[in-house]
Amino acid sequence: MMDRISVRTLFFGVYGELAARREGSAELAADSTVADLVEALRGSEGLDWLPERVVVAVNQSYAEAGTVLSDGDEVALIPPVAGG
Amino acid sequence: MSQGSDDRVRTWITRESLDDFAQFEDIVRAIGSVADGALLFFQGRVRRTNRGRAVSSLTYEAYGEMAERELSAICREALERFDVGSVAAAHRVGDLELGEVSVAIAVTSEHRDAGYAASRWIIETIKVRLPVWKHEHYEDGESHWVGAPALEAGTSPGGAPFE
Repeated sequence: MMDRISVRTLFFGVYGELAARREGSAELAADSTVADLVEALRGSEGLDWLPERVVVAVNQSYAEAGTVLSDGDEVALIPPVAGG
Repeated sequence: MSQGSDDRVRTWITRESLDDFAQFEDIVRAIGSVADGALLFFQGRVRRTNRGRAVSSLTYEAYGEMAERELSAICREALERFDVGSVAAAHRVGDLELGEVSVAIAVTSEHRDAGYAASRWIIETIKVRLPVWKHEHYEDGESHWVGAPALEAGTSPGGAPFE
């Protein structure tokens, strides 16, 4: 059993601009949830603006705050969408 | 022998122009059926003004693979919700000029009511679910991510309502 997992983070739209990066990675304790990741990101440098209730997709599907993350997951931070 | 939803839905995300209606007509002829008496076509185009500001051009960014998946899921869901025969839908990404088509939806149905309802539901659902973002460039030289508030100290971008 791994103690730590690593996930890839993606920042789209205005979040990419605010974060001054399009992607990154985060290390978390095993069994961490989406909410744990968001909390960790909000506490990291340059990401304090990230809303607590940000919309997140895990491996290209919308995910709930309680979704448990796995090593290697792709987690996208989704600002309000504006297609059409 | 009934067709599965795979055969009756065609969706794509593209950098290529969607302005030509003929490409949709060809697809709808291929995936639709002669049982369908109605074909409804919707185009969304880049508009001159948005919220009172003069737009000069815009850039769409998509979460590529997820957008492909989500657009397909939306159209399959439309087949289940409405009595329609086939659905084709596409969304542009990249730089678009005024008047260019950003989104196109074609729906065939036996009768028109279901087609109108499905087409409307698809565009409204795209607007809340499809992971696509719009960066508007204005004639005064400024630009802005639609859905994001003006950046002021202490404001949270997630606090803005969907538009």
